[in-house]
Amino acid sequence: MVVDQLDDAEVDRLFHALADATRRDIVVQAAAGNLSVSALARRYPMSVTAIQKHVAVLESAGLVRKERRGRERIVTTEPASLAAAHQMLDRLEAMWRGRLDRFGGVLSEIPKGDQT
Amino acid sequence: MTVTAVTKDPERSTMTIVAEYPSPADRVWQLWADPRWLERWWGPPTHPATVTDHDLAAGGVVRYFMTGPDGERYHGGWRVVSVNEPSRIEFEDFFAGDAGAENPDLPKTRTVVSIDDDGGTTRMTIESHFPSPEAMAQVLEMGMEEGIKQALSQTDALLAQLPA
Repeated sequence: MVVDQLDDAEVDRLFHALADATRRDIVVQAAAGNLSVSALARRYPMSVTAIQKHVAVLESAGLVRKERRGRERIVTTEPASLAAAHQMLDRLEAMWRGRLDRFGGVLSEIPKGDQT
Repeated sequence: MTVTAVTKDPERSTMTIVAEYPSPADRVWQLWADPRWLERWWGPPTHPATVTDHDLAAGGVVRYFMTGPDGERYHGGWRVVSVNEPSRIEFEDFFAGDAGAENPDLPKTRTVVSIDDDGGTTRMTIESHFPSPEAMAQVLEMGMEEGIKQALSQTDALLAQLPA
């Protein structure tokens, strides 16, 4: 998955998926190791059905993938979509780096002792 | 190098960036407190800022517009939450329509500026916090219109750091 090719609808799905605390936690848990849906359901005070809905939202956003392994459905985090979230923060960083660099340049122009 | 540290937390929609300047805190403060100095650094060179209102006090509002190469104006402002001269400013960034009126449909970014004087060297910390990751995406998409697309070139380097 190439992050640059995310369109607006994909970005919307991605950030909707990450807006929920349980879903964010599932992304973290599934990144640490493959987890089954039933194992996830034991971690949170909610039903298997509720977890399945969360996993479906994450899956449609491309944050996790789900695969059948025997009788279990295994959830695994997809790192490429997390890279998109990182990329968003990267742009924010670039904006502030620009500001803080200009800030330093302007600061050096203030005459010493000038308090106006 | 001006910027000494950057921390990004995509799950908390938070970015913290730290810069150090060889100047005392009161001069660093001046660049926030004086609208003529503020507009020298707030907007990128392609979109210089003009500050039209500057009430840097709790409950006050700072308004500005940035002018693009085509002459188009992008309005925005800060709703000031608290001010502690010369060490801390907390405000909410907002986007505004053509007349400069706040657009309530667009998300606000909570920003905390901390200024620490360490005997002639001043450390300035900016913490930006979005109400949700969706809001983060919305704001950053707008930011792209303001000439931030060059940051996209960092994507390759970023992807290279991530586990496959």
